[in-house]
Amino acid sequence: MGIKVVNLTHIYGKGTAFQQYALKNVNLEIEDGQFIGLIGHTGSGKSTLIQHLNGLLKADSGEIYYNGENIYQDGYDMKALRGKVGLVFQYPEHQLFEVDVFTDVCFGPKNQKLPQEEVEERAREALTMVGLDESYYKQSPFELSGGEKRRVAIAGVLAMKPEVLILDEPTAGLDPKGRDEILDQIAKLHEQKKMTIILVSHSMEDMAKYADRIVVMNHGEKVFDDTPRKVFHHYKELEKMGLAAPQITYIVHALKDAGIPIADDLITVQEARDAILKLLGKEPGTYKDGKRLEKPC
Amino acid sequence: MLREITIGQYYPVDSVLHRMDPRTKLFGTMIFIISLFAAENLWAYILATVFLAAVIRLSRVPFSFMVRGLKAVFILLLISVSFNLFLTSGETVWQMGFLKITKEGIRMAVFMAIRLIYLVIGSSVMTLTTTPNELTDGLEKGLGFLKIVKVPVHEIAMMMSIALRFIPILVEETDKIMKAQMARGADFESGNLIQRAKSMVPLLVPLFISAFRRATDLAMAMEARCYRGGEGRTKMKPLKYKARDRWGYAALFIYLAAVVGTRWLPWIPF
Amino acid sequence: MGIIKAARLIFDYVKHDEDDKGEEVNRAIDNVSLDIKEGDFVAILGHNGSGKSTFAKHVNGILMPTEGTVWISGMDTSDESHIWDIRKTAGMVFQNPDNQIIGNIVEEDVGFGPENMGVPTDEIWRRVDESLEAVGMTAYRLKSPNKLSGGQKQRVAIAGVMAMKPRCIILDEPTAMLDPNGRKEVIRTIRELNRKEKITVLLITHYMEEVVHADRVIVMDNGRIVMDGTPREIFSRVRELKQYRLDVPQVTELADELAEAGVPLSRGILSRKELLEQLVPYLKEQLGLDDKPAEAAENKEA
Repeated sequence: MGIKVVNLTHIYGKGTAFQQYALKNVNLEIEDGQFIGLIGHTGSGKSTLIQHLNGLLKADSGEIYYNGENIYQDGYDMKALRGKVGLVFQYPEHQLFEVDVFTDVCFGPKNQKLPQEEVEERAREALTMVGLDESYYKQSPFELSGGEKRRVAIAGVLAMKPEVLILDEPTAGLDPKGRDEILDQIAKLHEQKKMTIILVSHSMEDMAKYADRIVVMNHGEKVFDDTPRKVFHHYKELEKMGLAAPQITYIVHALKDAGIPIADDLITVQEARDAILKLLGKEPGTYKDGKRLEKPC
Repeated sequence: MLREITIGQYYPVDSVLHRMDPRTKLFGTMIFIISLFAAENLWAYILATVFLAAVIRLSRVPFSFMVRGLKAVFILLLISVSFNLFLTSGETVWQMGFLKITKEGIRMAVFMAIRLIYLVIGSSVMTLTTTPNELTDGLEKGLGFLKIVKVPVHEIAMMMSIALRFIPILVEETDKIMKAQMARGADFESGNLIQRAKSMVPLLVPLFISAFRRATDLAMAMEARCYRGGEGRTKMKPLKYKARDRWGYAALFIYLAAVVGTRWLPWIPF
Repeated sequence: MGIIKAARLIFDYVKHDEDDKGEEVNRAIDNVSLDIKEGDFVAILGHNGSGKSTFAKHVNGILMPTEGTVWISGMDTSDESHIWDIRKTAGMVFQNPDNQIIGNIVEEDVGFGPENMGVPTDEIWRRVDESLEAVGMTAYRLKSPNKLSGGQKQRVAIAGVMAMKPRCIILDEPTAMLDPNGRKEVIRTIRELNRKEKITVLLITHYMEEVVHADRVIVMDNGRIVMDGTPREIFSRVRELKQYRLDVPQVTELADELAEAGVPLSRGILSRKELLEQLVPYLKEQLGLDDKPAEAAENKEA
């Protein structure tokens, strides 16, 4: 069923001289099990949009349906919604507060008023999902590395067993190693737990690699909503919005403009490499010193 | 929600008062407050009213803005007025049970109300016409003489100025942490007092940690930029008295002398 | 001797147990020797915990070596009497843009350093004007820092350091918390300062695409220097970089993959333009297409 957003409008500073549309007539339908990339420059409305999806912000007009139910109708259980639509904020490690990792992760399910046993069971499960074993449970969350802290914070949301997981720039400020670990874990949740993922990110390369649909926001409006391949095809428009496409997109477009018969909708290094190798009559894949490797490293 | 709170309610227009040295304004506010408490008869209050009206006029800040500050002290005003009204002994005008209003009580209550209202408006004029930075600068320089008695004036001014810079950042951060905990099912609104106090822990702990982290970072950044206290520091914007400040001081002393002088004027019965 | 020189530098973080008895020693920098020439743009790459930020803090005298020595234009950083001269010579920009701006108004923040140094008022104004101009923030001089974007805040922080007239500026992951546009803005500013004002730049980062224009790239891992060379030399060792968990720009990665498969491309390709200049003629020749020069591709780039 998923989430359905109808004509959503949110205005900041309503009725004052500084009145500004944060969201303007946004329509969006998110089906269960999708991996959606949400992009837009700072201030484009993407953070405002995701805070509507779990009811933290209320729209000035428009509706949001979760599994067919209007979340703005009287008596709708917002707290239950927040358990189902998990939202991981930017720099989520700043919300950690408990004495140890395990107790902190228990905070969410405890608020859901579950029996203690189930609370602990869920915390264990969530910590396993983010790749933290028992040796971490009794450690203070404040003494972990940046990447580990962030994983604890994500586990804190996962412990509520959300059906939809929204992450606002989960890799901001991390180094490439920490970034890949987090993204791989999110991809795993998507594949194994069939969780719906909405990922806000500035990295077009990551979007090309992980998302199966990209929604582009600009000045509070939804401007593109399609597969990454099709969205990145509009790289010139994206640039006008202060965004960009993956570098590969630019390279294949330049090759095509130079008269090389290559598809211009390639978005990852592997795709471009294989397409060029095919042109040259070679077998696609990873090579080393001119020899093709059976198992890519 | 929280970010609508603004601290340091400066009203940016150009006026003589805005351009005046902050020390003059600080000193002026002090004189005005002293004059209010020294005022013993109606003449003094008339003088204070004229003085305040003139200053408000000069500041070019709309009067409605001044009155806004009164809302915050309304309860205080109510309490002090009723205390004076009911607890002053003298000629009884009205009585019901143990509650008794006297002639002296009414007089005291009215004067107290005027004093408080003028005090709030008077200090609003200062904050509305002085940027927070000027204010800290004014305090540092104006109270510099306190250094002799080992009051760390420079440090206090620096702390005020840093606090002003970080208040909006921390307010925004509070908003964010609150939302993040609400996304984890936290409830800040319902429950009794104890439950509510307990529900603040997930908000306050991260906030303190963040404040400490920022303080450590800031101390390091300040040290890296050669900060080592007030000793040997120069000023980018040193305070200098101008002609308008001399006029300001002159007006202040005339006002003060006039208020003191009212003691010898014939008593106006009230 | 260059402007920054380190000899057999070792730094241990000592973590005390709760009861203050046992202690845990963590070696953050392990025997690093280094000499940086005045006027160079040097980038230090490495993932978190590689020791790069710890090294940066030694250059400014914020941390003192456990063993070994660091000199800033000949002054030993462990010599207390030189500490303020060292901080004047080697200015530092930090990661979090919010936590290093002290003033409530942009121009006042830029003046903070000179004020601390006891520079006369007229000279402070001159320096503030020049520094704001150099980072392109003159139009914002009367704004509150809270109203600026992340990239703008970092430029103000850079101006604040410039106003101290340092000979060298160290930037400790100045772009880690910024969005892509803010990142570009800051890197462009740093490059210009290096080129126009001849300031020595030491840029600490984990973004590879930011070091393309450096004169020299140093890669750190586990507290040691593991690679040291020009960007081209470093970028030609793609697989080694990946082993240190660093990110290789897509262009370089694609060029490397193709080169490994036998396409004659030079190693260490840094830009799209470079790749296309080599790839287009080769593909045309191989595919038997008419060989009009790769103008189209170049125009595209421009």
